[in-house]
Amino acid sequence: MREFTYHEAADVAGAVATLTADPDAAFIAGGTNLVDLMKLGVATPGALVDVARLPLHDVTALPDGSLRVGATVRNSDLAAHPEVRRRYPVLSQALLEGASGQLRNMATTGGNLLQRTRCRYFQDTGKACNKRAPGTGCPAREGDHRNLAILGASEACVATHPSDMAVALAALGARVRVHGIDGEREIPADELHRLPGDRPDQDTVLRRGDLITAVDLPPLEMRSTYRKARDRASYAFATGAVAAAIRITDDTVEDVRLAWGAVAHRPWRAHLAEEALRGGPATREAFLAAADAELAAAEPLRDNAYKIQLIRNLTAAVLGSLTEGQR
Amino acid sequence: MTATVPGHALGTPLARVEGPDKVTGAARYAVEYPVENAAHAWVVRSPVARGRLTDVEIDPTLDGVLAVLWHGNAPELAETADPELHVLQSDSISYRGQVVALVVAETLEAARHAAQSVVLDIEAAPHDVVLRADHPDLYTPDKVNPGFPAGTAQGDAESALSEAEVTVDVTYTTPALHNNPMEPHATIAVWDGDEDLTLYDSNQGPHSVAPDVASALGLDPARVRIVAEHVGGGFGSKGSARPNAVLAAIAAKVTGRPVKLALPRQALFTMVGYRTPTIQRVRLGATKDGTLTAITHDAVSQSSRLFEFAEQTAVVTRHMYAAAHRRTGHRLVRLDMPTPRWMRAPGEAPGMVALECAMDELAYALGIDPIELRARNEPDAEPESGEPFTSRHYLRCLREGAERFGWAGRDPRPARRRDGEWWTGTGVAGATYPAMAQASTAAATALPDGRVEVRIAATDIGTGARTVLTQIAADALGLPVESVVVRIGDTRLPKASVAGGSSGTASWGWAIDGACRRLRERGMSGEVVFDSTELVKARGNDGRHAFGAHFAAVRVSAVTGEVRVDRLFGIYAAGRILNPRTARSQFIGGMTMGMGMALHEEGVLDPYTGDWVNHDLADYHIPVHADVRDIDAAWIDEHDDHLNPMGSKGIGEIGIVGSPAAILNAIWHATGVRIRDLPARMDRILPHLP
Repeated sequence: MREFTYHEAADVAGAVATLTADPDAAFIAGGTNLVDLMKLGVATPGALVDVARLPLHDVTALPDGSLRVGATVRNSDLAAHPEVRRRYPVLSQALLEGASGQLRNMATTGGNLLQRTRCRYFQDTGKACNKRAPGTGCPAREGDHRNLAILGASEACVATHPSDMAVALAALGARVRVHGIDGEREIPADELHRLPGDRPDQDTVLRRGDLITAVDLPPLEMRSTYRKARDRASYAFATGAVAAAIRITDDTVEDVRLAWGAVAHRPWRAHLAEEALRGGPATREAFLAAADAELAAAEPLRDNAYKIQLIRNLTAAVLGSLTEGQR
Repeated sequence: MTATVPGHALGTPLARVEGPDKVTGAARYAVEYPVENAAHAWVVRSPVARGRLTDVEIDPTLDGVLAVLWHGNAPELAETADPELHVLQSDSISYRGQVVALVVAETLEAARHAAQSVVLDIEAAPHDVVLRADHPDLYTPDKVNPGFPAGTAQGDAESALSEAEVTVDVTYTTPALHNNPMEPHATIAVWDGDEDLTLYDSNQGPHSVAPDVASALGLDPARVRIVAEHVGGGFGSKGSARPNAVLAAIAAKVTGRPVKLALPRQALFTMVGYRTPTIQRVRLGATKDGTLTAITHDAVSQSSRLFEFAEQTAVVTRHMYAAAHRRTGHRLVRLDMPTPRWMRAPGEAPGMVALECAMDELAYALGIDPIELRARNEPDAEPESGEPFTSRHYLRCLREGAERFGWAGRDPRPARRRDGEWWTGTGVAGATYPAMAQASTAAATALPDGRVEVRIAATDIGTGARTVLTQIAADALGLPVESVVVRIGDTRLPKASVAGGSSGTASWGWAIDGACRRLRERGMSGEVVFDSTELVKARGNDGRHAFGAHFAAVRVSAVTGEVRVDRLFGIYAAGRILNPRTARSQFIGGMTMGMGMALHEEGVLDPYTGDWVNHDLADYHIPVHADVRDIDAAWIDEHDDHLNPMGSKGIGEIGIVGSPAAILNAIWHATGVRIRDLPARMDRILPHLP
């Protein structure tokens, strides 16, 4: 671990200005991922700017019916928030499926979005990795990739995004509020993270110095839920996950949102599947066909083809459970 | 500590005597001892699996660095029986993750940073790291651990198999498994002059570590003191001196400072041993009524280039079931991989996966209940040696276990039961472990206040050994446990055997019992030293085994292939249970580790780098609390006078023997999917679900 300086940010603008000016600096909030990466030598910032105490801790109702979640709201607090539990069960469940109680008590909303892949090659400085060290190669394609991407990957990178919360936000059509050196702007949650292409070192569309200040959750007039499959019952990253919301009338799908986790470099909003479902019958056959439409683009590697079946099954099971009570 | 009736401490659930020290932080683990002016060390490990290290460079401007040791400048060591202790002596790299340099610095942070920034000049060479059943370099070792013949044969197994009415011919594989005690391998080395060395070291046997370290450093073993008062787990990986002990000693020597070295978690995966992967072929031949006519068990495992470690995978088959025609064999290949070592129930744990799953496959092929099949092949004596069992209550465990578990009326057909999206099923498998004892010496001294101090260089690696030894001493003395003080974990105490092979209590208890009885005979005055060597030698270990049965109820998601173990139950015949509280903890601990072996644990090898890529506890999965639902252990009263004065058999390892097979058999019963390559991950189950 490299020696670093530490200071607490006084305000958002100051924090953004510091990071913009100093390419060697990094934001830290909960530190649940960054500190691990620093110990491993994967992240080597020379300066940490602590944003955890910025006044971004609130969950507030907006006039248009949205819910604004401050960037430093802790994962455990957000999961337990009564409005979140009532209006966005998919989000509360996704948060509770992630990490452990201790980690959720530290991790923040903004930090959760910006955690790095847990690809085993990325996390080991003794190995090549295009994401960590551009141009060194991607040993995962030939090596261990059982839990890596089946959708949207590139020759350069087959990593997956590890967050559960981000999958729920993608399904919800949440808006990520960002403060940069040129002021504030908004990014749709499912456009925050990039596909790897030939620049896998860039996880997101954020620019140097950008600070996530809040996530806005638009109103959701649908039942929603999150389901995660993993290699042990708790404290494990997903092998496949589905965030879904659906509303049916007379067995016809009026509206639906679907996003998948652990299949791509970013939370995978299943637009094709949604299109296939809208206005159609709410049957298991339709759910499977919709999943197949989206999964047609899947390009599994030697050891991760099971994810196609897993996601297909999960999607049908989750949509089935959500529509059961609406008939 | 609860008060006990004098003379009747054994059999009571005495709480751990050091419990308050552990929960208040007063108990010290190896690197927690306060030493003045300590420096800190961090290991640098090889990034290649094979090659030559030609130079080590470090930025001279780095703050706080006291020394960077490598083969170019490290003190010369003597060769010892364990080449893994011959650290920093050669330019040759034998496996990825081998220690190639050691950084010593003023602080832990400075040591780690310097170690991460060291530049190694390496000439890499092509490596060979993958174990396979057709590896051209496979050979039969002279012996398998700890001294068994590599192969045995009786009758004509091939003919018997070809003539058998029903046969099973199956290959099971188990992956590399990694001992991960909560306390890593760690040492503080303190020199007093050039000849006296003290190591505060996390290990399973101070008197095993001292001679190894002394031999490497050219010291008189009597002048190497090892302190291991509290040990945060070992699972076999701390049974002998590990490289950290020698590294800390030479770092302290070179810097003239006490040195603390705690291995980082990642280093535990390569530097201290692991359970070898195995490839096991088991063939069973039987008559239609379920009488075994032939058993063969052939195991393939690996070792390193440095050291021949031959896991005794198929030895367990020599003791389990009767069959007139039989053969067991072991082959080994030396790879560019770390040296495997002992891990909880070496041999028995992987061996019983193949044998007990194969028995389950045979039971279904015959249409015979798996418990009944085992009953029909119960031997009168050890099947291969002909040695009588001093006690064997295997069938009682199976039958009583079946009763308690609710086995009766089980529909043997697979994939018949659903609970919503979940397939459900049950499975059974046997358990066994040798009941060994080793020579030890204990001293008992009457204290002026009426208490008795008992001293023995045993270790309590979290098992509750200190507590049980207190009970043994109290009963031998006829005193309440409050009047007994047990001192362990220091080579200044009388020599004791290693905490391994489930033999600690039997071995140390035997010596303590002898010392305390004699002290009592002489009227509780003065001191008695008792050496059990002759008694242990006279009694031997043959025909002495604990037995048990494991039962599992599982559910498997038809949606995801995820497995949940609803119930895991073990029942054992393991001699006299000396402390039901710590015994239960040992049993269910072993069973939980068995669950990990069945479902979670595996070193994931990247053949291109020769590395296990999941080398931390986030990625190397063991069961977490949510995985362990209803787990319980029971035992039957077993009286066996041919063991030791307490009548006990070891219980530390039997819980991991057979429990993985019970779970795998239950997965098959639930789904009809036979998992023959461990662990039973969802990607291996999901594509095959009905």
